[in-house]
Amino acid sequence: MALSKIWVHCEVSEDTIAPITLEVLAKARTLTDQVEAFVGGPGDAVAETLGAHGVKKVHATGDLQGGMQGVHVAAALAAAIEGGEAPDLVMFGSTYDGRDIAARLSVKLDKPVITNNTDVEEDGDSIVVSEPIFGGTEIVKTKFAAGGPALATFRPKSFEAEEAGGGAAEVAELAVPEVGAAGAAKILDRHIEETSGPKLDEAAVVVSGGRGLGESDKFDMIEQLAKLLKGAPGASRAIVDAGWVPYAYQVGQTGKVVKPTVYIAAGISGATQHMVGMKGSKNIVAINKDPEAPIFGVADLGIVGDVHKVLPKLIEALQAR
Amino acid sequence: MNVVVCVKQIPDPADPGALNPDHTLKRDGKLILDESDTYGVEMALQLVDKAGEGEVTLVSMAPNGEVSGLRQALAMGAAKAILVSDDAIAGAGALDTAKVLAAAIGKAEGYDLVLAATESSDGYTGTVPEQVAALLDLPSVTFAKEVDIADGTVKVRRQTEEGYDVCESPLPALVSVTAGVVEPRYPSFKGIMAAKSKPLDTLTISDLGIDGDAVGWSGAGQEIVDVSPAPEREAGEVIEDDGEAHAKIVEFLDGLKVL
Repeated sequence: MALSKIWVHCEVSEDTIAPITLEVLAKARTLTDQVEAFVGGPGDAVAETLGAHGVKKVHATGDLQGGMQGVHVAAALAAAIEGGEAPDLVMFGSTYDGRDIAARLSVKLDKPVITNNTDVEEDGDSIVVSEPIFGGTEIVKTKFAAGGPALATFRPKSFEAEEAGGGAAEVAELAVPEVGAAGAAKILDRHIEETSGPKLDEAAVVVSGGRGLGESDKFDMIEQLAKLLKGAPGASRAIVDAGWVPYAYQVGQTGKVVKPTVYIAAGISGATQHMVGMKGSKNIVAINKDPEAPIFGVADLGIVGDVHKVLPKLIEALQAR
Repeated sequence: MNVVVCVKQIPDPADPGALNPDHTLKRDGKLILDESDTYGVEMALQLVDKAGEGEVTLVSMAPNGEVSGLRQALAMGAAKAILVSDDAIAGAGALDTAKVLAAAIGKAEGYDLVLAATESSDGYTGTVPEQVAALLDLPSVTFAKEVDIADGTVKVRRQTEEGYDVCESPLPALVSVTAGVVEPRYPSFKGIMAAKSKPLDTLTISDLGIDGDAVGWSGAGQEIVDVSPAPEREAGEVIEDDGEAHAKIVEFLDGLKVL
């Protein structure tokens, strides 16, 4: 059976659609011709790009007036589904808002949501999703057994975004019902943290540092090397939790998933939490003192050595070019 | 100021995980308090301290009556704990877990705030806090980096993809906190001794009025059809640094034409 209809959550920041949305749309198009999107905000600004990525219709709530996406968008989706617009599958990014909406919707519909998937397929009359577990060493396939719509979130970089060349999507109103007390949380103010250089999850080169750096000011070497390679600096969870660098630098299961051409891991042992976020890199270079570090199991070039000796020389060699 | 904290007792993440033949996670060894939850416990203790009155109540669910993780959080300073333990919850998915936790939170009368980690370190579905909030009909803010309470309102800095949002909600509310939001305290010897005599109620799901068929395997609405090893990434060359390893890296990068 081909799926009759899929809805995809459209994430927008300052009128720009997030890469994860376009990635998920590309996958959705392989499952059905009838791909529709929904957005917790105005629809006009995104209709053209969504149309170019194969979306026929975008269901838009309009401005949420500072309301949180989770409660409002989930209530609107539940009402639309109960009103007869039910898709077979609702796809979200495994992102802050994606998870919130999916979680609230799962309660409204009393159906499970399966999170952190990297693939979805049809198996006879069923929808089956794939989720890597134990740091990506095993893949669990799960079938939705509760009837439609199936709810699933997908990790960034699981699919490749691709334009399909359609015209602007039709914009339809997604009515938000009264949500009562649950809707009382508000966003008062938004802050965009300015970063220079390429974004961590879009950079062709990522240089990440971990606890092996020893102390926080040694992270300067990571920043310097990333800059020389026109890449982005990243970090393991250990040093983010230790407060050396902001959360935005974190590569891993609970941070960013990256798939650069080159990933350089310096002083990172390779905890499963970290490996999940960087294993998909095309080429991996690892520098670590411990020859038994798990990171060497995935590295194309592994250097058993002291980052405090190797990095300064590497920086010097690159500066000399 | 009464704060309920959802905590999970998990297998030690330092040990390699394994599945039982029925695809549930093996939990034979000693369970520990999920490190992610220590941030919620610490945050709750600080908020109660600051308010000058009230207490912290822990809520947890475990299939086998395990309490060692709860004792750790009690030793940090929480006043009491409610554990839901029942054979019927084996195989519970995130939604089932949320139903059980929400019912247990309902037993903790007069709470102002529910805190949780954004996700557990074993299942990491990341949906339970919002599902609990939806079941309790509470406003909620997830991924909190900073939490302040004043005049019946909780103010939160919420992590976003590009930076952070400043959010506000009236109480009662649910807030999920990110790792690193505060520095969790270590239990003192006095705290560890005191924890042994703190109230720890163990309930079954029927105590909560939940039907055994509604949660766990029978209520899951999802079925694991396959578990198989992921395609392995092959290890490449590993060399010992002889003082010239940096040149090898430059050569490697040159070959990839990224320089």
